[in-house]
Amino acid sequence: MIGIGHYLTVAAILFTMGVLGIFVNRKNIIVILMSIELILLSVNINLVAFSTHLGDIMGQVFALFILTVAAAEAAIGLAILVVYFRNRGTIAVDDITMMKG
Amino acid sequence: MEAHGNRSGALVLTPSGPNERNRQHKMSAVTAFFYLFSGVLLASAFMVISSRNPVHSVLYLILAFVNAAGLFILMGAEFLAMILIVVYVGAVAVLFLFVVMMLDVDFVELRQGFIQNLPVGALIAAIFAIELVLVVGTWSFTPEALSMRKAAAALPIDAMNTRALGRVLYTKYIYLFQGAGLILLVAMIGAIVLTLRPQRPNVKRQDVMKQNARTKETGMEIKTVPSGSALPEKVG
Repeated sequence: MIGIGHYLTVAAILFTMGVLGIFVNRKNIIVILMSIELILLSVNINLVAFSTHLGDIMGQVFALFILTVAAAEAAIGLAILVVYFRNRGTIAVDDITMMKG
Repeated sequence: MEAHGNRSGALVLTPSGPNERNRQHKMSAVTAFFYLFSGVLLASAFMVISSRNPVHSVLYLILAFVNAAGLFILMGAEFLAMILIVVYVGAVAVLFLFVVMMLDVDFVELRQGFIQNLPVGALIAAIFAIELVLVVGTWSFTPEALSMRKAAAALPIDAMNTRALGRVLYTKYIYLFQGAGLILLVAMIGAIVLTLRPQRPNVKRQDVMKQNARTKETGMEIKTVPSGSALPEKVG
């Protein structure tokens, strides 16, 4: 019998993998963006699991909006990446120190 | 056969007949598919973050999204599953693939520090995982919350998932829906403006205004060619 706990566990492991991906691929911003997508996907799994469990469709509406924002974020992130590569010739995140933050 | 959530726990497939053994078969099929989808999902997510080649990472990301769509279908959210396939596999993953293949980047250099970052990353990930497992393991509803959620938008049993979603999305949450559209519009304009190259001076481009302003007098030039000689080299 598959309960909500199973889905929450899968989402938790997926979230952890996304966080791990950000930490181990600190230079490669493309993989960092993919890790963010994984994190958002795990949040969506959580929302849909609760929506099904509680019999409330609001969770699925939320998941739909998260999908929208994630798509917009990926598009903008990749556009910034392309512009940065055109200007600097590399995409290493460590080298982005122009603003001396 | 219709899938819906029940009050006691998870997704239940209502049996088409009263046969209890038939029901048992369906439950075990759901269990098997859950473990298949989630196993492939987690394995491909691991390959996304550990793959040497970013192109392989994107392909594993597509596999992860397809399996997540399978999980959504198991939970009874068919519309979101289809959206996930169409939007993510069809658009976002292809966008990633384009960028990865278009940029001429030395990915071996970008992988440096993978091993050095691994202990810290694994430590933080382990702490995260333990905390999340603690939350999932000890989580429960309070009785007040159970009584409170009666007022929320109920998942209708009679309607399809897509119709139920549309029923609330176009009525109750119409402003949020419009806002989502606005976000997509802003993202589209932003991406175009960011990547638009400034016009280079030596490249001839089509200018419609100039073309429309052209008349016979400005576009044509009458040359008198003496007989026996060729046309001049430059015409127009």
